[in-house]
Amino acid sequence: MLERVKRTRRGDFKLVLTTDEREVLGGLPLQLRSLLAEGSSADPAHARLFPAALLDDPAKSQAFAELVHDDLLRQRLEALDTFERTLSQSRLSEDELLAWLGVLNDLRLVLGVRLDLTEETTDGDFADGSEERGLFSLYRFLSFLVNQMVAALSA
Amino acid sequence: MAGPSTIEAPVTTEWTSTDEANDLDIPWIVLVWNDPVNLMTYVTFVFQKLFGYNKEKATSLMLDVHEKGRAVVSTGSREKAELDVARLHAYGLWATMQQDR
Repeated sequence: MLERVKRTRRGDFKLVLTTDEREVLGGLPLQLRSLLAEGSSADPAHARLFPAALLDDPAKSQAFAELVHDDLLRQRLEALDTFERTLSQSRLSEDELLAWLGVLNDLRLVLGVRLDLTEETTDGDFADGSEERGLFSLYRFLSFLVNQMVAALSA
Repeated sequence: MAGPSTIEAPVTTEWTSTDEANDLDIPWIVLVWNDPVNLMTYVTFVFQKLFGYNKEKATSLMLDVHEKGRAVVSTGSREKAELDVARLHAYGLWATMQQDR
């Protein structure tokens, strides 16, 4: 299988994506950005990105959230900015690739909640041609890219 | 807000209850829980990146998370635990902290 992400001798990373793939990826930040901006803790996808820090202790978890939420949100928004800015590039610095990795993994987490995924979920769990089937294909593509990025970063 | 002429002692927000103030020397542990989305390769990578664990240790922790449902990935003071949980949340891992009673 073609290596999509590869560490170069210069120390940056080569990224091989088709125009169609870049177009699909380019459509995703908008949704993640609005979820981050408007999301409330009542939204399970938002709660997955900002989980409670202490089990069975809402008061302390709330105190923790107040301490770190703004920083975590800012980091995610900065990663989105970097992702959008470098979307058409064929080479990425390590920091840029880490931003991509964060964005793509956040998107996978959100899709995982929206589609109610388990480790056993397969294509067959969604009707042919349904929106969910399409989102699951996207999820699997993002999983493939995350694996490729981790392999390149670890190489 | 206090007016310009009033000087008040700073208000300390009690984060810990009195009971726990007696348990200050009990270390905190940071747990990472299994979830169906984060990839095994990704979780191993995050453990290496955040904690400087070598590949073997990071993989062993990841497998504990995957097979036993959770693993203790770091221990220390409350402040260290808070920092580690925040860094794990930034990477999308499901992490919690508790005192190791």
